[in-house]
Order: sequence, then C-alpha cells, then structure tokens
Amino acid sequence: MATVENLPSTTTERPIGFGRLKRKEDARFIRGQGTYLDDIRLPGMVHGAILRSPYAHARIVSIDTSRALAHPNVAAVVTAKDLETLGLAWMPTISYDTQAVLAGDKVRFQGQEVAFVIATDAYSANDALQLIDVEYEPLPAIVNARKALDPDAPLIRDDKAGQRDNLASPTWEAGDEAATDRVFAEADTIVTRDIIYPRCHPAPLETCGIIADFNPETGQLDIYNGNQAPHAHRTVYAHVAGLAEHMIRIRCSDIGGGFGNKVPVYPGYVCAIAGSIVAGVPVKWVENRTENLLSTGFARDYIMRSEICAKDGKITGLRVDVIADHGAFDSTAQPTKFPAGFFHIVCGSYDLQAAHVKVKAVYTNKAPGGVAYRCSFRVTEAVYLVERMVDALAHELEVDPIELRMRSFIAPEQFPYETTTGWTYDSGNYAETMRVAMGIAGYEDLRREQGEKRERGELMGIGVSFFTEGVGAGPRKHMDILGLAMNDGADLRVHPSGKAVVSISAQTQGQGHETTFAQIVAEELGIPPEDVEVRHGDTDKSPYGLGTYGSRSTPVSGAAVAVVSRKVRDKARLIAATMLETRPEDLAWEKGRWYVKGDPEKGALIEEIAERAYSGDAMPTGMEGGLDAQVIYDPPNLTYPYGAYIAVVDIDPDTGHVTVRRFIAVDDCGVRINPMIVDGQIHGGLAEGIGIALMELMSFDEEGNCLNSSFMDYLIPTALECPDFELGETVTPCPHHPLGAKGVGESPNVGSPPAIVNAVIDALYETHGVEHLDMPCTPARVWAAMQGRPEPPQ
Amino acid sequence: MDVSISINGEAVSRDVEPRQLLVHFIRETPGLTGTHWGCDTSNCGACVVQMDGEPVKSCTILAVMCEGHEIRTVESLEVDGQLDPIQMGFHETHALQCGFCTPGMLMTTRALLDENPNPTDDEIRTAISGAICRCTGYKNIVSAVRWAAEYEAAQSGAAATQEV
Repeated sequence: MATVENLPSTTTERPIGFGRLKRKEDARFIRGQGTYLDDIRLPGMVHGAILRSPYAHARIVSIDTSRALAHPNVAAVVTAKDLETLGLAWMPTISYDTQAVLAGDKVRFQGQEVAFVIATDAYSANDALQLIDVEYEPLPAIVNARKALDPDAPLIRDDKAGQRDNLASPTWEAGDEAATDRVFAEADTIVTRDIIYPRCHPAPLETCGIIADFNPETGQLDIYNGNQAPHAHRTVYAHVAGLAEHMIRIRCSDIGGGFGNKVPVYPGYVCAIAGSIVAGVPVKWVENRTENLLSTGFARDYIMRSEICAKDGKITGLRVDVIADHGAFDSTAQPTKFPAGFFHIVCGSYDLQAAHVKVKAVYTNKAPGGVAYRCSFRVTEAVYLVERMVDALAHELEVDPIELRMRSFIAPEQFPYETTTGWTYDSGNYAETMRVAMGIAGYEDLRREQGEKRERGELMGIGVSFFTEGVGAGPRKHMDILGLAMNDGADLRVHPSGKAVVSISAQTQGQGHETTFAQIVAEELGIPPEDVEVRHGDTDKSPYGLGTYGSRSTPVSGAAVAVVSRKVRDKARLIAATMLETRPEDLAWEKGRWYVKGDPEKGALIEEIAERAYSGDAMPTGMEGGLDAQVIYDPPNLTYPYGAYIAVVDIDPDTGHVTVRRFIAVDDCGVRINPMIVDGQIHGGLAEGIGIALMELMSFDEEGNCLNSSFMDYLIPTALECPDFELGETVTPCPHHPLGAKGVGESPNVGSPPAIVNAVIDALYETHGVEHLDMPCTPARVWAAMQGRPEPPQ
Repeated sequence: MDVSISINGEAVSRDVEPRQLLVHFIRETPGLTGTHWGCDTSNCGACVVQMDGEPVKSCTILAVMCEGHEIRTVESLEVDGQLDPIQMGFHETHALQCGFCTPGMLMTTRALLDENPNPTDDEIRTAISGAICRCTGYKNIVSAVRWAAEYEAAQSGAAATQEV
C-alpha cells in the first residue's frame, strides 16, 4: 500500500539536514485536502460582494441602495457614508498614502470599490449589486503617466490637503550626479534608450479573499485570510479599526500562490471586517478573477530613460530617469526610506565608475500598486533596464554581449563590493557562473547555428542576462515598512521525546516552508526532519515578523531558524555536560549528539538531553528546565544572489510569433537547503518571466478602461509556451548568513525577461534593424517592430 | 429544480437553482473542496473534474446538466489508502508547490493516462495546456506524468509476469 508516508524512501537511513527531501505538505495537496480560504465555512457565515466603478474617473452624485436592501436575501449594504461613521472610510497604504475603502466623493480607477453587499449566499450578494443605483458624473481620466504632470491635467487626489498636482512622491535620487557627468564626459561611447517595464499582474491562481469573524461579546476578531505577512496585517488592522492588537487573530492556512499580490491590505478586507463588526456574524468575501486583475496590486509600470557609457570597451557609467506610475493610490511596496524600492541596484553586476538614478512617481486613474511581483522592491525593473542597456551598448560597440559583460564584471577579489549607488554586495564569482551557463548552452555552437539560419532567412535569437539582486530585507538600521523592522522570529521547542516544533513568522504560499525549515532544524540539531513540525500562518501561534516576499524567507526566517536551533544546541551542551559529569568546553558536537572530546563513545543524543531537560533530574546550576529558545533575527546586510541566463528564441518571419526554444538558467543563491525546492522555484519564476516578456500586459484605453480584466485577455503561459528548462548552479556562500544561503524565489522572474527580450532583439537587430522593443513581445508588436514601427505598450 | 448527480460513486441530490455551476455544487453540497475555481472564464483548469471519464471544466457546466452523469473528483483518486500512481508521481517529482492547480492537473493527467498510457512529452504538454500552473513552470508536471506512466507500465508488467 503506497501512501506518501510509506513510499519507498531514497534518503539515507537517518535522513538529516539538507538535500532533495520530498515535501511534507504534498500529502494534503495531492489528496485535494488543502484548506484554502474559500474552503472554510463558519456557522452563521454570510457572504459579501463589492460593487465596483465602471469609470476610471468620475464624481459620485448619488448612491441609492434601497432596491438592493429590499432583496430578500440581503442583510446589509455598506457605503462610504456608513464607513465614515465607523472611521473606516479611508485606510493607510503600505507607502504612507491613504486609500478609499469605499469611494464616497469620487471614483479614481475602473474597478474601484463603491459599495459592499452582505447576503445569505454569494449568488444573492452578486445579484444585489445590480440593484444598487449609482449616479456618476464622468471626469477626464489620466492614463498615460507621462501626461500626469501636465499643467492642465485633472487633479486625481483632491482628497489630500495641499495636493496641487498628480505627483505621488517627489524625485528621489541615488548615486553621485557630478561624478556620473564626469564619467560620461570621458567616455568614448554613449547609448541612450527609452525603455518601459509595462504594467503586469502577479495573478496568483487563488484570488484574494477573507473571512472576518467579530465576536461582540468578547471583542475578539478572528480573521481568515491568505496573506503574505499576517503579523504586519494584524498591526495594520489594529490601527485602522481601532481594535486591540491582542484581540485580533489572523489565520492563513493554505495559500494558492501570492507572488506579491497578497502583501497589501485591500478594501474588501476592511469591508468584511466592518461588516462582521456591524452584523455580528462571520462575513466571507472572495473576489472573482476580474476583481483580482482590475483592483488588486499590479506590478512594475516604470517608464525609464537611460544612458550607458563605455571607455576602452568596458562599461563605465549609467544614468537613469524614471517616471513610476503608482495608480490612483500609492500602495507601492517598499521599505519606508526607499520610495523607489531597491531600484538603485540598477548598477547590476558591473564595476562602474559612477551612476546616477532619479525616480519620481505620479498618480494616474489606474488601479493602485505596485506590488513587488516575485521581486525585491523594484529590483526587477532595475535588472531589466541595465541588462537591456548593456546589450544596446554591445550592439553599438559591435562586441559579443557576453564579452562586454565579462570585461565589465565585478571581480571576485573585489567583494565585499560597494556599488556607486550605496549597496554592499556580499560575495560573488560572476565570470565563473557566466561560463557555466555558456557551457550548458553550447554558446559558440548556438552562434554558429544562428549564422547558418540567418543565411536561410530564418530568425533565431540568443539572449543573455546576468543579474545581481538584493534580497532578504532587511537590517533594521536601514529599513522598515510602516515603522515595523523587517526582522523575523523563530521559536523552537524540543519536546521530552526529542520531537520538535518550530514556529516561524514567514508565510508560505507554496514555497515549501514546512519542509525546508524542518530541514534547517534537522541540520542544526541532527534530528530527522520528519521529527520537526513547522508552525506558521497563525498569529496566535507564531512569533512576530514581516512575512514572505522579496525572497526574504530563507535569508531572514531561515537564518532565524538556524540561530534558534544553535541556541537550543548551546543549552543542550550545558545539560549534556551535567549528564556526562564533565565541563561544557570538554564536549564536541556531531550531528545529533554532544560527546566527550577524546572519548567519543561517551556522549548524549539530543533526544536524551531533551528527556533530561524535562525530567526530575538536576539541571545545570541556575538553568531553567526545558529545551527551547526564541530569537528575533535582524540581518546584518541584504544577501545578493545572482545568475547567468541564456534564452534561445525562434521568430516566425511571417507572423512575428516568438517561441522560446531553450532556456538555460544558472543560479548562484549560495548554499541550497533543499535543491529540489530551489529548482522548482526557478522553474516557476522562469515561466512567469516568459509570460511577462511575451504575453502578460495590463493595458488601458484612453478613458481608463482596463483591457485585460480576465484570463481571456491577460495571457498566462501554459505548458506549450514553456520550454524544458535547463538549470545549472554555482555555489558562493553568503558570508553573513548563518547557513550561507542567499534566497532564490524571485531570481528567475527577475533574470528571465531581459534574456528573452535580448534574444528577440538579437534575432531582429541585424536583419531588421530593431534596436529596441518593449514587452510584451506579442506577435503583433514583434511584427510592427520588424516593419520599423515599434510601439510602446499602452 | 431537483438534480441527482453521481459524485465519486455516490448519488448526491439537491434542489438547486438552474444557474448553479457544477463547481459550486461539488464544493457546497457534498462539501468536496478539493475541486477549486480560479478564473470564471474556463481558462485556468483549477476546476477540472472527470465527467464519464472525460476531463471537463466544472465552472463551465451547470449542475443540472449533470443529471444521470458520473462525476469524479480528486477525492476519488485514493482508494482504500492506496494512492493513484499520478498522485505518487506528483509527489515524487515535485510537481506541485502551492497545490491550488494540483487537483485539476491530477484529474486532467489521470484522464490522459487512461486514454494514452505512454504519452510523449509533447502529448503531455498538449493535454495540460488547458490548465494554468503559476508555480512549477510545468517541467515537473511533465516529469510526474512520465513517472506515473512508467510506474503503471512496471506494475502491469509485474502483474503479467505473475500471471505467467
């Protein structure tokens, strides 16, 4: 009989620590026994639905809810007026802006929340939406961020005192402008490009939703909600709703993907909480796919102008000027002190003499955001820009794009390396990783094949990108979100039998935390990973921390788990010394036991030490019983994973259709705890990168109508668009992470779009003179570029 | 209107609205929440179940259309504690991450193997092209189906040997 538990094991007799351990969480998922938000039903639960604005910009003249209230299954209809009496009409965003929970004065984007209906069932709630009469007075909409600051542009945020234009945040700069001017003056080659990273959407397969259950007798608010940062959400709800934080409990259970989309607090969540407080029963609200795409956190939308320069065949300087489109409310995700996130990591993997970056953000009549879609706060936009610019420079210099990168890389002996925009890269050997990728790809053979095909009129492109990321935010001396330090907790309890429970503040959305974090404890304590239970996703049962996004789980929470395990091991050493009647300094550690130096037969297993710690026998003088510990981990620096990616594309000369024939990804994410899970993360991120490069786009017409509000129009890659990915690795440990790990989740999403776009342009540069093409490289857009009419996305 | 549907071999009867979707019926009436929904437009495949052995998107079928038909969901795959080889393959090859698309993928690929016990990689990719996975990039799903195909071939080979 085969169950997950008794499948033939390929692991060793006592599987301990790092390696390709199959996942614990699979047991429930392959049986359809996961518990996602919409699977949860509470007694007496009612259902919410949201009426949304059909206009991108309009004044609300009146809202008449009487017909909806007359519906036999409708319990309540909530509008901005009702929320005002509760003080909940507006809520803070994660960027210190404000966002309307329900629109009262104006609607500012298509799909904005206008009214919240509560009914006995979801079908009735949606029926009742049709019975609400709203009179709008349409206003001109701002869709193009470049026009948002025109003097005659309509003011979007007239709700904000003192707001006179559509500037969402003033110009933010990094790097030395004067030094950059000098480097450009001395350069022998300068290339300029206008490059857009268009608006796209994380679109996790499970949409967002919540159940709010307020108990009027006790004042306890129970929230069920799949989000990526439950502790931070609890603090936000305490501030927004004026509830005591210790009376709020958030449970996440299983989450059907997040990718940054499930970081923010959305108006629907606040509506459900308000509904439960008013109605005194649990209120469930689950958005449909259109609501997810129309109104929840989009990503990117950076309009960039850049110049790159070289001297003597080596890259020397970079200038970037960005307009960021934040939509109608600034809810972009980034640490407080970094209004453009980590965009100033735009120097990439190169030893530049100087760089200067300017970013300003504007309001438009589009959905608010942008969230970090599998991204460490705008690292993705930065990597895309620099890797496109390096390719453009290689074309200008008539040098192979890999050769230019090799000449310009930061050398291994330069680490730790201070970039000109203020980062301290931890470790790297970039040229080696590039060579591994070239080897897997057979780079010289590919170039030969390309030449032969070109003679036959076939269009084949080879694209390269080399990225360096800053992930694992972050040190409390440098960064916070909403005043909360970006640290994470871990709480480890070893029970008398030697079995352990570790509670963490990271929040899995599919990354396999229950396996990986058990492996860390196993590695550090020398007990089997199946003897370690990982608890997360319940704010009452886990320590405080900022959650999972920006590839921060392993860099921050993983470090916390390693450190807390070592604390337990240190305590175990003192107990073992008492047990073995020797001094702690006379003991040595091997996986799973402390033993007497010089007498290895004499020792104590962790299980024996745990039993002792809870027994009636004597503990070391002054030590409390039990075998447990708790930490809050404050990372000393970000970690800097990197990688070399090569894409091979074929373009149909008759239709402009791009096929990604091969994709080679060589990642260096430091030490790999579970290489199987790391590979899986890379596969998934590459598929998303293919989607962004070729298919995925949130676009709008001139009136602000979203043109991609379902999966009929917002195209996500299927198995037919994805090649059989070819992976490789190098391992350069992080010097400051206790395990040497760097984090990997977002790397493939960051690194793959520039490789694919570079490949498309590589196919078309010589034959069709295409110097640049913005994403997504759809057949129509590629075709237009081939005819000499490349168009920026709308 | 009254409808009676066989779900995983058991008759489920209920008075439903004619507009109720099969996916909602399955999730609400017998409470089998392994079948998910993800898109409303028949694009994502999270809701795939088998109807008389054929994979169908249960968000695109009304419950009342299923009167007299045999529906199978992910919950039917494991029998008496014995996992279906396709479930084993997904676990063995790390073909799932968040797990949300997994039930639809399992029912789709189970139907593929029933019809074609030894599919090529291209045939597997075509078979799952009506379903979206946002986590795995599909590579390991293809491996999982290969794993299950080879496992089943080995099992039937062993059975044939035993019969001899």
